[in-house]
Amino acid sequence: MSLNRRNFIKTSTAAAAGTMILPPFLQSYQNIQNSTDVKSYMDHFEVTTELMQKVISEAMSKGGNYADLFFEHKISNSLGLEDGKVNKAYSNVDYGVGIRVLKGDQTGYAYSETIDATSMLNAARMAANIANNPKQFSLNTVNVKAPADYYKISQKWENISVKDKVPFVQKINDKVFELDKKVIKAKAFLLDETSYVLFYNSEGTLSYDYRPLVSFGAVCTMQRGDQIENTFSGRSYRKGFEWLSDDLVNTLAKDVVDKTNILFDATKPKAGEMPVVLGAGSSGILLHEAIGHTFEADFNRKKTSIFSDKMGKKVAENFINIIDDGTLENNRGAINIDDEGNEVKKTYLVKDGVLNSYIHDRISAQHYNVEPTGSGRRESFRYIPLPRMRSTYMEAGPHTREEIFENVDYGIYVDNFTNGQVKIGAGDFTFFVKSGYLIEKGKLTQPIKDINIIGNGPRALADISMAADDYLADNGLWTCGKDGQSIPVTMGLPTVLIKKLTVGGTNV
Amino acid sequence: MTKEEKYSLAKWAVNHALKNGAQNAKVNIYDSQNSSVKVRDEKIDKLEQSTQSGLSISLYVDKKYSAHSTNRLNNKDELKRFIENAIEGTKFLAEDEFRTLPEPHLYFKGNEKDLGTFDREFLSLNPQEKVDAVFNIEKEVLGKDDRIISVTASYYDGMSSSVMVTSNGFEGDRANTYYSLNASVSVKGGDARPQSYWSESAIFNDQLKKEGIGKIALNRALKKIGQTKIESGKMTMIVENRLASRSLSPLISALNGSAIQQKNSFLVDELGNKIGSDKLTLIDDPFIISGRGSRLFDGEGLALKKRTIFDKGVLKSYYIDTYYGKKLKMDPTSGSTTNLVMTPGKRNMEEMIATLDRGILITGFNGGNTNGTTGDYSYGIDGFLIEKGKIVKPVSEMNITGNMKQLWMNLTEVGNDVYKNSSWRMPSLMFKDIDFSGI
Repeated sequence: MSLNRRNFIKTSTAAAAGTMILPPFLQSYQNIQNSTDVKSYMDHFEVTTELMQKVISEAMSKGGNYADLFFEHKISNSLGLEDGKVNKAYSNVDYGVGIRVLKGDQTGYAYSETIDATSMLNAARMAANIANNPKQFSLNTVNVKAPADYYKISQKWENISVKDKVPFVQKINDKVFELDKKVIKAKAFLLDETSYVLFYNSEGTLSYDYRPLVSFGAVCTMQRGDQIENTFSGRSYRKGFEWLSDDLVNTLAKDVVDKTNILFDATKPKAGEMPVVLGAGSSGILLHEAIGHTFEADFNRKKTSIFSDKMGKKVAENFINIIDDGTLENNRGAINIDDEGNEVKKTYLVKDGVLNSYIHDRISAQHYNVEPTGSGRRESFRYIPLPRMRSTYMEAGPHTREEIFENVDYGIYVDNFTNGQVKIGAGDFTFFVKSGYLIEKGKLTQPIKDINIIGNGPRALADISMAADDYLADNGLWTCGKDGQSIPVTMGLPTVLIKKLTVGGTNV
Repeated sequence: MTKEEKYSLAKWAVNHALKNGAQNAKVNIYDSQNSSVKVRDEKIDKLEQSTQSGLSISLYVDKKYSAHSTNRLNNKDELKRFIENAIEGTKFLAEDEFRTLPEPHLYFKGNEKDLGTFDREFLSLNPQEKVDAVFNIEKEVLGKDDRIISVTASYYDGMSSSVMVTSNGFEGDRANTYYSLNASVSVKGGDARPQSYWSESAIFNDQLKKEGIGKIALNRALKKIGQTKIESGKMTMIVENRLASRSLSPLISALNGSAIQQKNSFLVDELGNKIGSDKLTLIDDPFIISGRGSRLFDGEGLALKKRTIFDKGVLKSYYIDTYYGKKLKMDPTSGSTTNLVMTPGKRNMEEMIATLDRGILITGFNGGNTNGTTGDYSYGIDGFLIEKGKIVKPVSEMNITGNMKQLWMNLTEVGNDVYKNSSWRMPSLMFKDIDFSGI
């Protein structure tokens, strides 16, 4: 998992990437007036029920036992500021349909960027090849499944002109420079994305979703004497233009300046194992890497996860409840339906310290004979859905932050991260600490920075000995990568104490 | 689309932009075809096939700049509106005097030199042969050891082609193919289920190595059984050739014009200075026949040259594109790497291990990062402890931490075992005095 900042910066020389603009909506599409009406989504993609059924019949013709169509139209825009001016803009339009055929746990997949009968039937024929027992498929009755409504917005991004977005990007830069004389460079960006999704499958389920996503933030570079430091701050939600405000600008500007200032006096801790206190909020990266990925059911059904035979077993202290949730209002990780047409749920991965559920897609739910958790997600119509996290967090615990610190004689406190990773089978996970502090005799002392922390998932989970009552969500620009697919996620955590992890540092 | 159709669409788009308010424009038209087969439990796990195409356009409007892309190419009227809307939107941005197309005399001008990046057999391949090759890899592993819990074998191939046209005289095209075969094996050892993989790739199908991949992946996975962490300490580190580019990558990022100009690099104002030990000599060579990064021109159309990046540790060249060149008042050199070739040494990795008293051989990285501004790095690793010239035991759950400048000054030996399956052609590397953290 990593913060999105680099993805943004990368787009500047894009051949195939990019983002932004399109002030009025592209006129050739049917603009969706009523986002609760499946008909308007079908008109948008210029398809009828009959055509979709014809394609599904073709997809099922070789003996597959399930097929689905995932139509998607995504419009992304970005505005960038560098050297004091909002002087670059990118936009991207991506449009197509993915056709999937399942035969047991086997998958055939193809997609088309043209949505017409010929192209879709061709793609369906390719995907159908996963099976080789031709048989007649009898159509199921169409059953419209209304999506949930977890991200209400009032001002849709496709109706907002570049002109109205520019001032916010400019203001965050100006505020950053105003806050501290040490600032020598700043970058700022605003990314917005609008996706229309239409879904139909061989069981007759017909559904749709409208997915807005916005990310806003800044990078600040400061100099003190010869020393230069830089860091990044940003927020992301499924919200509309109404989200942008001067208050938000001021909060982000202050956050990025404060976070950079900490770095000037920071050093590296000594290398080795020690107690680690994870600050509330962004430390949820621990759950994402150490636990979340290893709970994804595809790894478990293939027995390649270190948690493969731990279902129903005690894996943590009684006060620990870990959740993966796609239903949080306006959350970056929320979805109204998953990308396989399933209802999205709040899923307890660990309940009262016991492993309660994996994160499922359709294939794994069938394999384990459980209800899907609504976690089948894909980067776009170009990819098959996989079991993926949404928002992964731990509920508040019984301790206080003060009690936690009192328990640490020598260790570190960490609360600002850039990225993490895990090896599913070995269970080793890491996260990179941008900044934190040493803890000496229960007190925060010397600031620390730029160190990697490594641990082992099951051991770290069992080693969480205290959790505070100060739960905090992190709404940064977290992007989760798996099998080459990137998707937006979030996380959260109360302050917790892990008895020991291996901390990068120096050897005296 | 044929090459001619792509050129015709690209020129049309450039002209349409110029007619509607842009003073300059650059257009890329690209398409690609990919297929993949994945095998597990003696049956096909996943079969994927796709073709895609797109247009991207960079616009220079009244000294303002923006770039856009779309995959909706079928409707000319819609493309017209796409370009017109993009131009209108650009007008709301701030002027940027540095944003221009390259000077025309720096453009590549086509002599038809063949760099061997395209396999003409691509379209005539027999799909059954692809499937058979994957099953063969799986067969190399299945049943060979009781500790095996999962084997996945896969095949990927792809073909991509693109043309680029600019309003100040550049026209160029390129086409690439690739093939790869991969195996991933998980084994059981104690509570852990270590996994390893191996892959082979080629530009031409008849050069793709099709045997031994599963066997290597299995052996690598079995060797990981019993991984533990050891005491923290300063030790010698050998990085396996396949992973050496991971250690090099933060150094190359620091040479990027954007990082230099934005002062987000630990190598600002270091041209001509000694950054690494005498062992560090690195050449950027765009013209290696069938090199994975071979090309005649870069993403801006700039004609590429073979150039020295580091010579015996001395920094000789940055990666500067036209935009940051103007901001930095430097000549553009091209903003991206092609084939990076590290000048090899005399011994291979096994020979280096054999004379090492104590150290760690790194065969895997796990997360971590480098602070681009200061060069401070910290990465998770796994690999093997070496004592008295022998591999003693597998290690994992450890970090290496330090500063990139110090790391490259501590480069004590470069292997002769160059890994050629990548655009960065790196041998195994040995560094002294690395801070490892474990217990």
